[in-house]
Amino acid sequence: MARLTVPRVHIAVLLKDEILDPQGQALERALPSLGFDGVSGVRVGKHIVVDLDDDADLDVRVTAMADQLLANPVIERFTYRVEG
Amino acid sequence: MRIGVVTFPGSCDDRDAAHAVAVLGAEPVALWHGEADLAGVDAVVLPGGFSHGDYLRCGAIARFSPVMGAVTDFAGRGGPVLGVCNGFQVLCEAGLLPGALTRNAGLRFVHRDQHVRVDTACDWTSGTPVGTVLRIPVKHGEGRYVHPDPDGLAAAGQVLVRYCCADGTVDAAANPNGSVAGIAGVTNQAGNVAGLMPHPEHAVEALFGSTDGRRILGSVLQRSRSAA
Repeated sequence: MARLTVPRVHIAVLLKDEILDPQGQALERALPSLGFDGVSGVRVGKHIVVDLDDDADLDVRVTAMADQLLANPVIERFTYRVEG
Repeated sequence: MRIGVVTFPGSCDDRDAAHAVAVLGAEPVALWHGEADLAGVDAVVLPGGFSHGDYLRCGAIARFSPVMGAVTDFAGRGGPVLGVCNGFQVLCEAGLLPGALTRNAGLRFVHRDQHVRVDTACDWTSGTPVGTVLRIPVKHGEGRYVHPDPDGLAAAGQVLVRYCCADGTVDAAANPNGSVAGIAGVTNQAGNVAGLMPHPEHAVEALFGSTDGRRILGSVLQRSRSAA
């Protein structure tokens, strides 16, 4: 059955685990000063939302746009989920 | 010799680059990012700045400008291309240079005179022996060079310059941004495309403290003169 609404895709882009994330480090140092102890592994990334006209070849299309523009495969990795 | 300087929306060192080209005795040619034509220039400089507001990642959007197709063709034919700062970021994003540039390790925008050591002989260092220490200013917030195999890159002769102390020592203290192996600039395999974070166009007149930028920017001129 066809979708009633256009697919909305949420793409999360993060620096690869082996790439230093100075923003994440800064937050990790800041959180305990506000009383949030026991926090580690903080990473800062991007959350990109796109609406697609339809869900044909959705995985192929989203993967291609992430590989070619939304993420830089040299330093970043991405995951995505479809809303709804 | 005619050297093209590309202006992207948000470029800010294009005029300085054109001025430096003129100071060195070449003819600067203004190129617009929206034109897929290089006007027959002999070399191309992609200047510093904040093309397209650094949206998404520095250089990520500029890579799709019409001029970049022409730059890619020109580079493929062996034409000399130099990217400075944001221009370096554009060349990495376009895949014309290896690696990537990301946020400085210290999170600070760094602006200072910086010593760099020439690490390889290529079109953009011709006439300057490997090991020569140059003093050229840096000014960037996202200049940390990342590459999965910096030793392999060096072995291939693709490390252009490394951040160093005044005596040429490459160490963490001399590294302004946490770049891997102190790498400040790289070249492609053929050696005709190069990029670096320091700004040679800001170091071509004694009034500004150093003329060492001539050793980079002027190298293509020297090469064309010796070939003539």
